[in-house]
Amino acid sequence: MSAAAPKTKTYYIIFGGLLLLTIVTVGAAYIDLGFLSQPVALAIAFTKATLVMIYFMHLNHSSTLVRIFAGSGLAWLLILLMYTVADYVTRQGIAP
Amino acid sequence: MEASTLGMWAFLATEILFFGGLFLVYTVYRLAYPQAFAEASNHLDVVLGAVNTAVLIGSSLTMVLAVHSARIGSRRGLILFLLATLVLGGIFLGIKGVEYAHKFHEHLVPGADFRFTGADPRHAAIFFSIYFAMTGMHALHMIIGAGLILTLVGMAWRRRFSPEYFTPVEMVGLYWHFVDIVWIFLFPLLYLIGRH
Repeated sequence: MSAAAPKTKTYYIIFGGLLLLTIVTVGAAYIDLGFLSQPVALAIAFTKATLVMIYFMHLNHSSTLVRIFAGSGLAWLLILLMYTVADYVTRQGIAP
Repeated sequence: MEASTLGMWAFLATEILFFGGLFLVYTVYRLAYPQAFAEASNHLDVVLGAVNTAVLIGSSLTMVLAVHSARIGSRRGLILFLLATLVLGGIFLGIKGVEYAHKFHEHLVPGADFRFTGADPRHAAIFFSIYFAMTGMHALHMIIGAGLILTLVGMAWRRRFSPEYFTPVEMVGLYWHFVDIVWIFLFPLLYLIGRH
């Protein structure tokens, strides 16, 4: 990892941002957004997770190889979720 | 450090897919029974869930400050921030315990004693099964993380770390932040559906 120590100020700013996004996601849950409700909640969760990964888990100071490793877990998770969901929502009359 | 970081991320990728299986079960059943899930979710305590989210984010902050302390060679800062992380993790688990106790009192734990006064108790029970499986597995990860942090405190106390060597602190930090990220997804998916 790089020798340059990140400033702690960044950590406090990210912490504040994460708290703010938590409040936003709770607020959004109580507003009727129709079909957008779930995409909004997931977008906020992904934003929070990304902030944690980049700043708290130091991907901003990591090598490309480490970043690829970090992204691979997410990539395979998306394959798992997308293909299964594509199957279930396109079948008729099969209840899990 | 680079090799350890790579190995840790490889391990975390397996952890992502381990929890991914649970998220998949959640997704499939929620798509099948959206009404029952929304109704059951309303029986969870949003305030306690939100407070726990803030507590866990706070523990991620103290963890990253512990890593920073190790990097600049502050033994005192390292020990104090590790202990702060431990306290916040303990608060999280305490609140989780209170929530679990409430669910037992309200007969919302799936099993012979499950009572749900809603339109679809059978599928609401599936929601609560998934809720206990996911939050329980998450809590188990936190307990393991707390054990790791306690070990780090002992090592720091015995002056085992220096600005040249603090790899275990950084690795446990990665694990702790991962557990935080899992909760970041669990909170909206379990607590915040069907609230409007």
